[in-house]
Amino acid sequence: MEKHCMSSQVKGVSTGTTILAALFDGGVVIGSDSRASIGGEYVSSKTINKVIQVHDRIFCCMSGSLADAQAVTKAAKFHLSFHSVQMEKPPLVVAAATVMKELCFKNKDELEAGFITAGWDRKKGPQVYVVAIGGMLISQPVMIAGSGSTYIYGYVDAKYRPNMSKEECLQFATNALALAMGRDNVSGGVANLVVVSESGVEHTVIPGDKLPQFHDD
Amino acid sequence: LFIMESGPEWLSEEVKTGTTIIAVEFDGGVVLGSDSRVSAGEKVVNRVMNKLSPLHDKIYCALSGSAADAQTIAEIVNYQLDVHSIEIGEDPQVRSAATLVKNISYKYKEELSAHLIVAGWDRRDGGQVFATLNGLLTRQPFAVGGSGSWYVYGFVDAEYRKGMSKQECQQFVVNTLSLAMNRDGSSGGVAYMVTIEADHTEEKVILGNELPTFFDQ
Repeated sequence: MEKHCMSSQVKGVSTGTTILAALFDGGVVIGSDSRASIGGEYVSSKTINKVIQVHDRIFCCMSGSLADAQAVTKAAKFHLSFHSVQMEKPPLVVAAATVMKELCFKNKDELEAGFITAGWDRKKGPQVYVVAIGGMLISQPVMIAGSGSTYIYGYVDAKYRPNMSKEECLQFATNALALAMGRDNVSGGVANLVVVSESGVEHTVIPGDKLPQFHDD
Repeated sequence: LFIMESGPEWLSEEVKTGTTIIAVEFDGGVVLGSDSRVSAGEKVVNRVMNKLSPLHDKIYCALSGSAADAQTIAEIVNYQLDVHSIEIGEDPQVRSAATLVKNISYKYKEELSAHLIVAGWDRRDGGQVFATLNGLLTRQPFAVGGSGSWYVYGFVDAEYRKGMSKQECQQFVVNTLSLAMNRDGSSGGVAYMVTIEADHTEEKVILGNELPTFFDQ
């Protein structure tokens, strides 16, 4: 196949990546791969964590330039903890997403990072927001991003259903990550999955050899 | 402040069949499918082009990439196959047709920019699908190509199973085309489908409103 470089503009370490978040009945599943690469030719980390906890029940997945993404999430985490102290209650997921969006939009000329912010709050329950590279903010029931996501648009469109059970949604997210990691050379490693709901947060890590296999002739 | 272009952009843009094409083999034949959009830059210059082109009675090819290059290759191979089949006195093999396409694609690989998937039925090996991207020749159980194919790699990896029946293959092709056409800006219009078997060849058009829909439509 021809060399199809998705993140050709990003210098230095980039999270050529697959990240996703999907709503199910009562919560949200957030997932990512764990590979960081330089220029699509060298894997600089096989086990990087791209799902950052910015508050008790709110997580952000990073994509794009790793340095930019880490800087933005660190700043967002600080802003959010300050905000929640002022409000004297846990922040809303939309507040977290808006904080990321403000940072991305105001610094759009310097930054090159995109995020999926997902979590649970008391007011609206589970939600998924995407903050795109220029600073656009939208909410959707299911969201995929990163270089590996192009390969699974068809799969996600076909297989996602609203109001799935937690187990079905976990299986859907695992399959989607496995398919993307199988086709995208800058996504790989292990699959990190986080389930957020009213009752709490559960982390799962699935190593590469335990991921579902698909018929690859 | 910007410089006005002399005339609309699409007049000077190369005409591409930004496309989704797919071919699947089943026991007894093959199913080929394509969308119908031909674009020049941002403009759609033909919304009903049939990209499934006959090379011989039971051998078709699916065109993608530059419209001119792809059509010319198909015409040349059609002529070469006619001569060849008269020389051997019987219907040509699918492998022969694919080899003729591959020879042109490889010899002129610097000048041409088209990818043809060749599929058909012959007496010796039944239904066969060959990919000829960039001048390689490989037989595969199924092949996808064109700009829209990136979005459905995950879907076809997950959904393809060996030993599908003719109806299942046709459904698989239609679903894949529909998903790709929904996500790829360069694919769209109607879906064309050709089913080739030992005793007959069936061409079918599926209009936009008859294509399968998914959860967000």
